[in-house]
Amino acid sequence: MKAAVIVFPGSNCDRDLAVACRKAGMDVTMVWHKDTELPPGTDLVGIPGGFSFGDYLRCGAIAARSPIITAVSAHAKRGGYAVGLCNGFQVLTETGLLPGVLMRNRDLKYICRTIGLRVETTDSAFTSGYTQGQEIAIPIAHHDGNYTADSETVARLKGDGRVAFTYIDNPNGSVADIAGILSENRRVLGMMPHPERAADPLHTSQDGVTFFAGLASALADA
Amino acid sequence: MKARVHVMLKDGVLDPQGEAVRHALGTLGFSGVEGVRQGKVIELDLAETDAEAARVTVGEMCEKLLANTVIESYRVEIV
Repeated sequence: MKAAVIVFPGSNCDRDLAVACRKAGMDVTMVWHKDTELPPGTDLVGIPGGFSFGDYLRCGAIAARSPIITAVSAHAKRGGYAVGLCNGFQVLTETGLLPGVLMRNRDLKYICRTIGLRVETTDSAFTSGYTQGQEIAIPIAHHDGNYTADSETVARLKGDGRVAFTYIDNPNGSVADIAGILSENRRVLGMMPHPERAADPLHTSQDGVTFFAGLASALADA
Repeated sequence: MKARVHVMLKDGVLDPQGEAVRHALGTLGFSGVEGVRQGKVIELDLAETDAEAARVTVGEMCEKLLANTVIESYRVEIV
């Protein structure tokens, strides 16, 4: 299966994401934000963490208007898979592919540490390798991870089982402890934590391995 | 022609930065500050000479990029 990792000026987790995808058996191409097309046969688009365009205006705002995003949106709209991690989640909300917005952390501090997440649904390619309610350790590293959406949107996300991960001990003020959400067709996922930083024996946690392995096997079956 | 765009968080959206500023003002002895909301001002230099046309175009810019209308409202001022 083929993955395309988008690179923006200021992305800094693009290579980590590519390494994690390759370890799970994916064929990865790095795609520059000024490109207008994804490589033919792309199954998964990865939008990496970092500080695209220096977080100018709003996190992810400028990246979300990059030339490649038209192709990414078209890919998602025709049922393609996409994952946005950290800044990638911010980009996905700015494009409108996922609802809500990531605001400044409740305590106004940048937080960089490994935290506990709860797997809220296994009904997605991203979470199929976990068990329902499983608690996993994944690093976070963000200043703007405070997920906010209106109460109707949050109720809909919960009701449809589209909350993928919640924080066990909410670090940033996110509504309903939300750490990651799925699109309506469950093929686009955005999350603030970094599973790609928990995917190597040298990392403090390997709980992200399941994320990429599950994704690879679900894509292989698709 | 210049346009000035004011971007503010919508009412009801918690503003952690505004809250921090409010606390700091209290620490400095400014009592009675009941609320602080922090926003952005964006100034644009435009080639357009027609104020109404400029207002329409800047409105589109706000919708497409300058504001995230999920949480922010905007006001366009032609100056």
